[in-house]
Amino acid sequence: MNALTSMMLLPLLGSLLIAVIPNDQVLRIKQAALGTTLLIAISGVMAWFKFDAGNTSLQFVQISQWIPSFGINYAVGVDGLALVLILMSVLLAPIVVLAGWNESEGGRWSVKVFYILILVLETMMIGVFAATDIFLFYVFFEAMLIPVYFLIGGFGSGERAAAAVKFLLYSLFGGLLMLASIIGLYVIAGKHGGHTFDVGQLSELHKFMSPTTQNLLFLGFFIAFAIKAPVWPLHTWLPDAAAAATPGTSVLLLGVLDKVGTFGMIRFCLALFPDASKTFTPIILVLAVISIVYGAFLAIGARDIKRLIAYTSISHFGFITMGIFAMTSQGHSGATLYMFNHGFSTAALFLVAGWMISRRGSSTISDFGGLQRVTPVMAWSFFIAGMSSLALPGLSSFVSEFLVLVGTYTRYPVAAVIATFGIVLAALYILIPVQKALHGPTTPGNENLTDLNLREKIAIAPVIAVIVALGFYPAPLLNVINPASAHVIASQGFTDPVPSESAGK
Amino acid sequence: MNPYNYLYVSGLLFTIGAVGVVVRRNAIVVFMCVELMLNAANLTLVTFSRINGTLDGQVVAFFTMVVAACEVVVGLAIIVTIYRSRRSASIDDASLLKR
Amino acid sequence: MTTSTSLVYLIALPLLGATVLLLAGRRSDKWGHLLATALSASSFGVGLYQLSQMLARPTEERAVTQKLFSWINVGTFNVDAGLLLDQLSICFVLLITGVGTLIHIYSISYMSHDENRRRFFAYLNLFIAAMLLLVLGDSYLNLYVGWEGVGLASYLLIGFWNQKPAYATASKKAFVMNRVGDMGLSFAIMIAFATLGTVSFSGVEEASHTASKAALTAIGIMLLVAATGKSAQFPLQAWLGDAMAGPTPVSALIHAATMVTAGVYLIVRSNFIFDAAPTAQLLVVIVGAITLTFGALVGTAKDDIKKALAASTMSQIGYMILGAGLGPAGYAFAIMHLLTHGFFKAGMFLGAGSVMHGMNDQVDMRRYGALRKFMPITFATFGLGYLAIIGVPPFAGFYSKDAIIETAFNAGGVKGILLGSTALLGAAITAFYMTRVMVLTFTSKQRWEDNQHPHESPLLMWAPMAILAVGSVTTGFLFTRGDALVHWLSPVVGEHAEGENLLLQPIVVSGLALLAVAIGVAIAIMKYQLSEVDAIAPHDVSVFTRIARKDLLQDSFNEAVFMRPGQALTSLLVKGDQNVVDGAVRGIGRTALGAGSVLRKTQTGFARSYAALILIGAIVLIAGIWVVTQ
Repeated sequence: MNALTSMMLLPLLGSLLIAVIPNDQVLRIKQAALGTTLLIAISGVMAWFKFDAGNTSLQFVQISQWIPSFGINYAVGVDGLALVLILMSVLLAPIVVLAGWNESEGGRWSVKVFYILILVLETMMIGVFAATDIFLFYVFFEAMLIPVYFLIGGFGSGERAAAAVKFLLYSLFGGLLMLASIIGLYVIAGKHGGHTFDVGQLSELHKFMSPTTQNLLFLGFFIAFAIKAPVWPLHTWLPDAAAAATPGTSVLLLGVLDKVGTFGMIRFCLALFPDASKTFTPIILVLAVISIVYGAFLAIGARDIKRLIAYTSISHFGFITMGIFAMTSQGHSGATLYMFNHGFSTAALFLVAGWMISRRGSSTISDFGGLQRVTPVMAWSFFIAGMSSLALPGLSSFVSEFLVLVGTYTRYPVAAVIATFGIVLAALYILIPVQKALHGPTTPGNENLTDLNLREKIAIAPVIAVIVALGFYPAPLLNVINPASAHVIASQGFTDPVPSESAGK
Repeated sequence: MNPYNYLYVSGLLFTIGAVGVVVRRNAIVVFMCVELMLNAANLTLVTFSRINGTLDGQVVAFFTMVVAACEVVVGLAIIVTIYRSRRSASIDDASLLKR
Repeated sequence: MTTSTSLVYLIALPLLGATVLLLAGRRSDKWGHLLATALSASSFGVGLYQLSQMLARPTEERAVTQKLFSWINVGTFNVDAGLLLDQLSICFVLLITGVGTLIHIYSISYMSHDENRRRFFAYLNLFIAAMLLLVLGDSYLNLYVGWEGVGLASYLLIGFWNQKPAYATASKKAFVMNRVGDMGLSFAIMIAFATLGTVSFSGVEEASHTASKAALTAIGIMLLVAATGKSAQFPLQAWLGDAMAGPTPVSALIHAATMVTAGVYLIVRSNFIFDAAPTAQLLVVIVGAITLTFGALVGTAKDDIKKALAASTMSQIGYMILGAGLGPAGYAFAIMHLLTHGFFKAGMFLGAGSVMHGMNDQVDMRRYGALRKFMPITFATFGLGYLAIIGVPPFAGFYSKDAIIETAFNAGGVKGILLGSTALLGAAITAFYMTRVMVLTFTSKQRWEDNQHPHESPLLMWAPMAILAVGSVTTGFLFTRGDALVHWLSPVVGEHAEGENLLLQPIVVSGLALLAVAIGVAIAIMKYQLSEVDAIAPHDVSVFTRIARKDLLQDSFNEAVFMRPGQALTSLLVKGDQNVVDGAVRGIGRTALGAGSVLRKTQTGFARSYAALILIGAIVLIAGIWVVTQ
């Protein structure tokens, strides 16, 4: 059976299994969820090893008819970009399950529902990156909202219902714009060679479109992805959703779901509308740079630790968007690598923050103090995650952030220069909470917090290991990403800028 | 006789029915007015059937009668139930939708 | 170029120590400090081995490289994790591991009462590893990793006692100001890649021969920004004084001997850029000259012994930067001053630590006095360092500082006279404030309470001080004998042809310098040795003293220009995000709700009105159709 399809079926089987376990056997349910996600992670790693990095065409392809009268297929396949993101998703899932072992309790519904939602979401996550039929992509893109909506609304904290609705409406708004564009593409395809939703065939269509048509269709896609990513000024759902969701859900939300936005920009915006992409590049770069600086400033001003992490992500997504539209191989590879690294460093931040919050019973940063002396392991984990977030050399984010900056500089120096100021702001937005929460005297209410237990240590260790290992040796990922990025750049008709005064001249 | 006269009668009946539905409060009367409108429609159908010399209109008229009969059954039942619970057959009293 | 397989051990050994100690946690409390010291010492051993290997090779083959693996490889951006050990980096390797090991040994005793001593040693090892990576990286990007790595270690060590909020703030300040400098390094690397297509030292050097002056000037200025951040040079100097919050061995190792001199290393390493970019080079000397005066002036007003030494460090690095900015004539002297400074300043910091150790962590020099009798060894070692820093022959500082002053005078024209005079003035002020430190601490009358019991430090503490003191005495002589260091470094930084028309002969410069020193010492002795000193800092002082005590208003300036506007901007954006951006979103929601409540009024709930509407609607529809079909 196709590797991707089986990876998508596994979570569904797992959720069926969980559905038949009696409600009161909570431990069984959790074990089943963990087992399933681990199994998927293993199959993801196996797919990784089977993947031929040198080959830029889609791999693990499966195409079956789904709704033949509309030319809709169940079509999946991955290139290096999609594979990296799928790998990240399936690796994060078991970590989220293990780290948030008790998140599922105390929600509006039973534990069972929580894990079924998580597993269904995992299917969608794999599907959305694997789909090569744009209709199938759209179905996954929208269907993903449902489990997340219930995860936030049913198991979150604070104003969870409002946050869930805000998230849903925002995403639906973007999704509907995209649907309009998809229908437009379908109609145009019908006029030029037959109705189809196949991305490969649709990417030939731009030759037949007038600039106006192309721009409008591009905007339909781009706004949807900009909301998902999120790009300033379409970001305000994210802090609310992240603050209300359980930490595990937030990891999946920021780490995986938001990547659909930046993934979509590469896979659809660039591939389908190369001319419109060029038209809009200056505006998008401006938005990206604003996101970087704006997100950083808001993170500095944040009082709630979860909102802070959400704002840092807005800043990081600005880097990713900038790298994508810089249209250099360094920027592009850097952006893709950034997507992977951001998944892990944000996961680490959110998970540790979640443990801190559940122990302290508050998510306000100033309620913490002196944790380094009380809970050293937890404090260290937070610190390392924070260092990764501020892109300290030697940790994974640095490689990607620097590639994005270098890649952008060669073509758009001004954008890169402004974005670089973000690294000073990053130092502030990480060190301020570190100082307030971890350093200083141990404030009342924090004296008796317990340090991480074995389960939590097991959950955070692989994340930190990945962060450190990829910082020193990113080659395994870059080897897969580079051909895919080079392919995108080349198919867009770009070549890397030549050094203006190279010695060979 | 000029078949168009039937149409005038039908128009008159329909207007009486429509005005009745709008101005009367008693549910039973409103109901009867609705029947009046249905029958006006039936008369039109039959008239056109006659004018055109086809049976289609008459067939549809039969359908209308069946539907009207069903409607009477359900509608009267509802009116009676409302009357029982509210001690009133005024349809203005049953304006729950606005809340 | 010769390759080697053993360079990596220089870095790997201390890195292993840091990893083991941090991962093992409390379990390694008993032996952690010993392991860290042993690994640091073995790294020094590897360094000595490398030196012996290097000496065995002919001059042009002395540099060795080691490629570990391909680190980042995207398109034309290829950076290997590669190490380069040449005549320049071996100086640093030996300084870092040598002084580092001494400070490890010192810390075993100094930190013995701290329950987190193991963690301290882990950070020290981490620092050694990062600093070695900084000086061994064979490209700007590898250097960058070490560059930020030492920043991290410095952050951790400044904030080692971060339970005190002020210390935690100091560490944060250091990191953030360093990041501003790091941004400069980022820019330099970006410009180098965009214009020259490479970021390795050898590649940039090769490209620099043909590259335009504009590009090289841009790179040079950005490298200078990086150097000002790391080396606490004007205008990014403000963090160094606060960094004294860290334990004293840290101040000795990181904030005197090694890390803060990384900027000098960067400039000397990039000599090929600065030599081809006179504007950038001019800026370097200006920064150096400003800082050496700035630091010296601040040093005159500080009562905290560590802060006085920190100001002095800033000033001395100003000398080095000045030297490095003078081109091929000055590179070797900058490095020489760096090495001698590494010895005498580290020794003096350790001495200060020893004094604090004996005085219950009192740092206010106005509470010292007459400690000569109680701490003879500390007095002797500190005194040797003192003689070295003020530049009394034949101590180390005399040779290195004199060489810089002389080169500055001979830089040519008005520039030379200005720079030389500044350096000379700096030497006089240095003599003044260092004498002040010496007198207030050791030789003036006792000003401490009787419940203090000053005592000499144990062997583990004074032995490293003694070794460093020996270094402070001998290194200058050794380095200058037959121009040893100049010749040693010339393959890296280029030969300098001795100028024919010297403005001032060396003997004249030495005479002037000694005169300046004598004046400084004399004023200080009159003011502090021969007259009473208040145990509490007087308040009725001149405006100048007040400003100098406030570090020449550096913090006030930063707060007024960066911090407060930044905070205002942050709170403005936070409010703006809530009210404007999110407000717009919520506004759409409210509009939808409002429209609904208006339209709701049409739904009266009266069946008759619905029926009437249907009727009207039907009539309008029919009328419409009728009109259209007519």
